[in-house]
Amino acid sequence: MKNSIIESIEKIGWPRIIIGLFLASMFVIAPFVGVSVGTSISDVLVRFTFNGVLVLSLLPMVKSGCGLNFGLQLGIISGLLGAVTSIEIGITGFLGFLIAIGVSIPFAILFGIIYGLLLNRVKGDEMVVATYVGFSVVSFMNMMWLLLPYKSPDMIWGYGGTGLRTTISVEKYWFHVLNDFLSFEIGGVYVPTGGFLFFALMCLIVWIFFKSKTGTAMTATGSNPVYASSSGVNVNKMRLVSVIISSIIAAIGILVYEQGFGFIQLYMAPLYMAFPAIAALLLGGASVGKATIANVIIGTFLFQGILTMTPSVINNIIKSDMSETIRIIVSNGMIVYALTRRKKARG
Amino acid sequence: MESNEVVLKVENIGKDFFGNVVLKSVSFEVKKGEVIGLVGENGAGKSTLMNILFGLPVINETGGFSGNFFLNGEKAHFSSSFDALDAGIGMVHQEFVLLPGFTATENILLNRESVKDNFAVNIFGDRLKHLDREDMKKRAVNAINKLDVNLDPEMIVAEMPVGHRQFTEIAREIDRSSTKLLILDEPTAVLTESEAEIMIKAAKKLAEEGMSIIFISHRLHEVLDLCDRVLVLRDGNLVFESESENTNPREIAESMVGRSISDFEHTERKKELQKDLLEVKDLWVAMPGEVVKGVNFTVKKGEIFGIGGLAGQGKLGIANGIMGLFPSRGKVLFKGEEIPLNNTKNILDLGFSFVSEDRRGVGLLLDEPIDWNITFTAMQAHERFIVKYLGGLLKFRNDKEIRKEALKYIDMLQIKCTSEKQFARALSGGNQQKVCLAKAFALNPEILFVSEPTRGIDVGAKELVLNALKKYNEESGITIIITSSELEELRSISDRIAIVNEGKIAGILPPSKPATDFGLLMIGESNINGEGEIK
Repeated sequence: MKNSIIESIEKIGWPRIIIGLFLASMFVIAPFVGVSVGTSISDVLVRFTFNGVLVLSLLPMVKSGCGLNFGLQLGIISGLLGAVTSIEIGITGFLGFLIAIGVSIPFAILFGIIYGLLLNRVKGDEMVVATYVGFSVVSFMNMMWLLLPYKSPDMIWGYGGTGLRTTISVEKYWFHVLNDFLSFEIGGVYVPTGGFLFFALMCLIVWIFFKSKTGTAMTATGSNPVYASSSGVNVNKMRLVSVIISSIIAAIGILVYEQGFGFIQLYMAPLYMAFPAIAALLLGGASVGKATIANVIIGTFLFQGILTMTPSVINNIIKSDMSETIRIIVSNGMIVYALTRRKKARG
Repeated sequence: MESNEVVLKVENIGKDFFGNVVLKSVSFEVKKGEVIGLVGENGAGKSTLMNILFGLPVINETGGFSGNFFLNGEKAHFSSSFDALDAGIGMVHQEFVLLPGFTATENILLNRESVKDNFAVNIFGDRLKHLDREDMKKRAVNAINKLDVNLDPEMIVAEMPVGHRQFTEIAREIDRSSTKLLILDEPTAVLTESEAEIMIKAAKKLAEEGMSIIFISHRLHEVLDLCDRVLVLRDGNLVFESESENTNPREIAESMVGRSISDFEHTERKKELQKDLLEVKDLWVAMPGEVVKGVNFTVKKGEIFGIGGLAGQGKLGIANGIMGLFPSRGKVLFKGEEIPLNNTKNILDLGFSFVSEDRRGVGLLLDEPIDWNITFTAMQAHERFIVKYLGGLLKFRNDKEIRKEALKYIDMLQIKCTSEKQFARALSGGNQQKVCLAKAFALNPEILFVSEPTRGIDVGAKELVLNALKKYNEESGITIIITSSELEELRSISDRIAIVNEGKIAGILPPSKPATDFGLLMIGESNINGEGEIK
């Protein structure tokens, strides 16, 4: 009996149990410091649907041995290009959202190929190189956002200027198209059903992919590239495919984020998207070399839970607004914690 | 210049690594100016003995050694290699220990540079002294001249040919004026023949000047040419000691491999093997440490073909090269048709299969379950265990079939595990090896390469693995090419055995030949006066 408890604890992992208990304690404290539990739970659920797909996008690259995708910005930028193009075309509602996805996928494939070829040349240092790829591509796009010939008055700088604004509202176009689908309120808790359904669909697609021949080869490539190549698998090709898939999911992920959040954030904003996603995945129990869909779901929930609850509870305790500072401390602290906890990927 | 002054006296030295005895009470003496040749198979204990003499920390860390040795009559006990250097032992390693970006002079005099004073020394101490480049060059040239070789003292090590690097190492030991005993660990292994000759000449000259040398080599003719006395180690015992003049290669080879012949049985095949299945012509493989330099052999259908030889001679490169794991060139004919090299997928498609000598590195997915390990290659290469949808457009793995196949082999090879979902990492070495075999069998190959199938596994598992191979060969008529360092293992299972020496096949013999003949081939003495088929 005692052994089976310890076993199941070890299976879930101490970090998740500790963070889970911490999160639970936040919900217990919340009503006593004047934070509404109902609103908090809604917040956690909504944020979960925003971020889930972005975290999921890391999975293929981890599985193929490319490590954590610190260059997530590349996929995000493909998504942003899809988003602004869709708004430029001006179609609203779910169709507009689909057009955004449709436009972003070719960009994600193109960027993914270039990025993947680069990563194949720097085996062993993927994560460091990826970080710099992320930085560079954001800087490059800072120029492009000004130069690209978008004309929609909803997006360009005021007074007939040229170039895109830093924040573009999607309110008139496809705000909450997923989240409001079949959504309902129960006991003061808003449940974004559509968001969950879409996330579940994406998870299902990824899960099915990893049951395929290619998906199996990809997992083996990450587990032991020499074994895979001695089994006749083209290791470089598998890695390239994983990077492309990761980029596509990331592009879709940012669009999901935008439809929920209500704004397209350009310029420096994508720079800060990679770390929270990676932190969530690591928190979910993934390592640099291994990750599962369960890691994605658990990690996103715990991470977004902590990120929502901690600032609001602490703010109410110390009676001043420090939410952003606390959010940064918590999210980066969790990255550091997760990276120190990671198992040695190989050998 | 041989005198009766004893430089090194070794008394009853023994050593075990956690119960695994590698040296048993070895005793010998080295006189001043004498050159001793030390020969033995891999694992005979040569390196361990030298590590003890040179005071490497690995010896102390693993519980020290028994017995004593005396340098110039004084009992020596080194806690580190620095003590050994101070006491006058110099060692030239098999792998070069040089700074590639530094010149020959700088390497020779590293940490023993000539220095000049300057004003800063008065304030900050000796560590700020200047290098006296001119004097350093003089000393380096002096050491090089002692070797009687042509070596530019200003040349950067990275730009040197291998031979010159070796000379730089030796010159470094010579410059140390205290060096009385020089240990040369396979110094000629990486040299060309002409370089080796110069090297031998240099060693002879040093001996004439009174340096004592312990020379370790697999090249027997060099040992007999250079050394005054030859010692042979086998399984940790000093089994043979003789003046060079009074012995010959055959005698040395015999004592090197000389196990009793009775402990192996080989059952002759009832049927003659007729058809040629695989023909290898002039195969070159660039596998680091196991370079193959043009081998030729033919394997018959249904045969078990053994490949043996000492470590580093290239025997492992052959299978790895044909399977496309390392760049190779040459001609390989399978059923009379030439097959493209350097294409693993293609080779697997043709019905080849490979059990790697690097079990954990190449052979297994350590962090995946056993059933994946067994079926993955067959799934990827032959599309077994796959369900197809939309006319083959979508291919998914068939987890049910995978499980069935895994359970079949777990039962057949008696793989000890909790379930077919257990990770390969958690298995013992022997069971991991069985998983590797199962992986190869699951491909239903026509020809199976097995490298070092029994390395690092216990006796019981060894027998099971060898029997499984034999049974598989008999029942399904599969052709097996087995590479192993253990001659007895090869002799017990193979129909013919090729011995690889210096990247080439030294000879192919039937297992019934005496062990001595194999031993001679291993050390590159191919002029056997027997019936052996020599290429």
